[in-house]
Formats: sequence, structure tokens, C-alpha cells
Amino acid sequence: MSEKVLMKGNEALAEAALMAGCRHYLGYPITPQTEVAAYMAKRMPQVGGVFLQAESEIAAINMVIGVSSAGKRAMTSSSSPGISLKSEGLSYLAGCDLPALVVNVQRGGPGLGGIQPSQSDYFEATRGAGHGDFRMIVLAPASVQEMASLTIKGFELADKYRMTSMILADGVLGQMMEPVSLDFGEIKTFDKPWALTGTGGKRKPNIVNSLYMDPAELEQLNFERYARYQSVCENEVMIEEYMMEDAEICVVAYGAVARVSKNAINEARARGVKVGMIRPITLWPFPKAALRAAAERVRAFVTVELSMGQMVDDVELATRCMRPVLLCNRTGGMIPAPEEVLAKIFEADSIGGAK
Amino acid sequence: MEFKRVNLLAGHYGSGKTNIAVNMALEMRRRFERVAVADLDIVNPYFRTKDSAAELESAGIRMISSEYANSNVDVPAMAPENYAIVDDRSLHAVVDVGGDDRGALALGRYSPALREENDYEMYFVANFYRPLTRTPAQALEVMREIETAGGLAFTAIIDNSNLGAETTPEDIAAAFPLARELARLSGLPLAAVSVRKDLADAAAAVVAADEVEVFPIDLYYKREWAVWNT
Repeated sequence: MSEKVLMKGNEALAEAALMAGCRHYLGYPITPQTEVAAYMAKRMPQVGGVFLQAESEIAAINMVIGVSSAGKRAMTSSSSPGISLKSEGLSYLAGCDLPALVVNVQRGGPGLGGIQPSQSDYFEATRGAGHGDFRMIVLAPASVQEMASLTIKGFELADKYRMTSMILADGVLGQMMEPVSLDFGEIKTFDKPWALTGTGGKRKPNIVNSLYMDPAELEQLNFERYARYQSVCENEVMIEEYMMEDAEICVVAYGAVARVSKNAINEARARGVKVGMIRPITLWPFPKAALRAAAERVRAFVTVELSMGQMVDDVELATRCMRPVLLCNRTGGMIPAPEEVLAKIFEADSIGGAK
Repeated sequence: MEFKRVNLLAGHYGSGKTNIAVNMALEMRRRFERVAVADLDIVNPYFRTKDSAAELESAGIRMISSEYANSNVDVPAMAPENYAIVDDRSLHAVVDVGGDDRGALALGRYSPALREENDYEMYFVANFYRPLTRTPAQALEVMREIETAGGLAFTAIIDNSNLGAETTPEDIAAAFPLARELARLSGLPLAAVSVRKDLADAAAAVVAADEVEVFPIDLYYKREWAVWNT
């Protein structure tokens, strides 16, 4: 038998979480991520873990806070409207410096929107997941294999930096089936001396808290937290470069539409346009240096997004607006055909100007 | 394949029921005048028989599905016309049952009529490359859960073991003994090995020693992204 199994993205993500040692899944069903909960409901009892369907998304994220406080790897998953409900809890996780894995299999919005794929929660994930100064590590898989591997990575980074890792997927990646290898080698774990595990009468109690009476103390904590974030920016950026060696046009796309874009790039190359792609795998930290370097070499950028244009802002910031940045987008659950991306590549090629 | 009047496809979530249902209906239409496909899936809002409505209707096959299928109204609705499957005995039908026991719950209201008429085949569709049905014992457990939920016993097995676009003849050969073992454990006939058309010859070589049929199928994808490269 092949070592591979045929899995939906949602299932691969759930199985990877189990392999990462997660034994506490707290969630609430919503399309298109319900398979995560369904899979966990089946598997958690088999491995001695806890599957708990909470009474709401808000309850689920607060249960994650509780489990994480006790030093255990905890996760919740939802889709766009459900993530909005978790917003307060995400802020509390950050304020308490607790690690957690939160999954957003995005669907069309705003509001109740629809159930088809979307990437319109980019701003929310990279900027405004909740109130206050904080960041989350945002990982963007582009295959079922990465739904699994980035889940492992997400747990590791969350523990390492005491932060929330968010898997920012979409309905395509959650629902599609692909063969997956579930061999991830050694999975890193981290000591958690801060965890609430009982003092045994041998040490002072640990406290997990996000309330500070003294503004100076709160400010100092924010400074320290952001120094930690800086370390994430310096050490944890992940990208995939595709045909960038001689590229004059750079497509920037993540997740499902990076797959569409590759097909368009192959076709454009066949027609003589020197185009490549930088695929951010971490959306935060954003690959600023790679894009800034590319801006020295290419004539124009094309961002491809399932939104009204959100990552495009980060591309303009990272490249200091040195080159034109064109947007190729669909929204509301619609997905561009490779031909639409191809047309935008040609447009960029025609207006890109001299190098 | 020999067809009964009503042919039901049930199995683990994502085992390939819907693609087999579409192919089976097209094959039945070559033999029978009035053929219908009923979509009983109340679980999966993303991949459904209705995705192939155009192919089915152009072949003269009646498509019965909830008016909310493939819309943003994500409710477990069923079409009232589903009763035609049991009421109109001049109709030949394929019934695409939703995945797992949760999906098979919807079958319960039609089971008494199907049992009473006793002209049905209830196929268990198995893919031993799916993570929760890797062994015959696991598949048998899913079979029993579905039978309990749907109120109808399986009568035959279809081995649809595949790894999607990456499936090789070796993968089919490696899974076939598991399908035979499931047949032995359940006491049911292994009715067919279903494979993508380009793998039909390879599958025929695998099953040569057994009296098992190969059912070659075309794959119907709703969206191009399902087959795009990574």
C-alpha cells in the first residue's frame, strides 16, 4: 500500500494536529470547515483526547484559553463569521501570551456571506484580529499537504513564541482532496514553565492574566511582546519562489489562487513573457525583504486575491511603491480562471515600463 | 454490471460515491428508458451530483436534488420528488446517499418501501486510501454504522480505492486484497472495482484471477481547481 492517504484539506489539518500532540479540540461547526470538527469527533476518543463541541464560537475560544493556560496544545477552527465571534478571545490569548492554533477556512463575506471560498479575511488575520496591540503568526497553505505540514509548524511556532498561530485557509483547501504523506519527522515541543500545572507547594503560583492596573507596566509588557514579534519577523518568514530567476513580472499570490496563478504563469512563459511568482507562506510576518529585493529586478507586480484587494496594500508597502502593483481579484466565493490571471500578467507586461 | 431497479451508493465520506453515481446513471440510461438520479446528500454542500446536472440531463436522465443544493443556503434539505424513486416502479434509479452514518440518516424514510419492493442493490463504496477506512475492519465498522442509520443492509461492495490524480496500477493492486477481505468479512459480493478509464486495463489485470468486474469511470469535477497543479 502507498504510504499516502487521500484526504480533504480539513481532514489533513485535523490529523496533523493530532500528530502535533494536540489532545484538545474545542469548536463549533460551520461550512466549509465542518470536516475538521467531524474528523476530531471521530479521532479524539481513539487517542484519549477531548473533542468538545462548544455552545458557541465564543465559548470555544475561551476554552482554548483555559487549555493553553494549563500548558497543553489546544486548537479551535471555524470559518469567517465564526472567526469574527472569536475576536475577543484572540485578543485575550495575545494579552495572556498564550500559544494556540486557530484555523480559519475562509468563506465569502462580509456578514453571513456565503459558503464558497474566499480570502477576504486577510486584513482581519494580519492586522485586526481583535482589540489592542498584537500580532498572530499567519500561515497560508496552498495544498492539502501544506494544510497538514503548516498545522505542525503552527503548533511549534505558537509554543516557541507564546503566540497564536492562525492557519488562514479557504474553502478550496478545506474541501479539496489530494494524496498526503503524514510523515513529518520529529515534532518540536517546548518547555512551558509559565503553565498553570499546580505548584506542588514547591514554587510560587504562575498567573495567566491580561489585566494590568499600572499603565507603565502594561506599556512595558507591550514593548517586550513586540520585541518578541520582531524576532518572529527576523526568523520565521516563509515563501515559495517560482520561476523568479529571470522574471520581469512578479505575481504575488497565496493559498488556492497561487495554484491558479502557477497555471497562468506557465502559459505566459509559453508565450514569451518572463513572469514568476513569490508565494507568501507566512502572511504575518510578511515577506517584505523578498519583495523589496524583487522590486529591484522586476518591472511590475500582479497580486491575485479572492478579495477586493487586501494583500495588495502589503505588496505596495513592502516594495515602497517602486513598481506598479496590479490587482487581479474575484470575490464573494468566485475564483478566477487561469485566463483571467494571464490577462492581468499581459497587462502588467504592457504597462510595466522600463526597468 | 447488472442493475436492480434502485441502486444505492453509500459509504465513507469522500469515498467517491457521487462520481460513481453519475457514471452508473449514464450506463443505466444505455439500457433503460427512464432513469433518475436522486441526491440524498444532506452532509456535503460542496461536491454533489447536481454538479453534473448538465451531463445527466443532456443524456435524458432525471436529476432529483434539493433546490438548495449548490447554493449558499447551507441547509440539510431534501427534494420532495425523492419519493418518485419508491413510488414510480417504472423508473430505474441511482440514489447517491450522503457520506457516513450522518449522511445515511436521510435514507431511513425510504428504506421500508425499498425493502418491501425488494428490487434494490445497496453498494458500499470503499476507498482504502481514505484515512479512516484504511483496513477492512475499519471499513466494516463504517458499513455497520451506515446500515444502522439508514435502516437498509448493504448487498454488495464496490472497490473504488484511489489516490486521486496520482493513482497508479500498483495502488489499485495493493488495495484489491483489502476489498476482497472486506467482502469475506461482510459476506457480501465484491461487485466491481471502479477505476478511472485510463486505468481500466491495469485494473483488469489485477482482478483477472477473480470473478470481479471492472467498472471504468469518467471523473466529473465541478471546478477546475480540483485538478490544478500545486
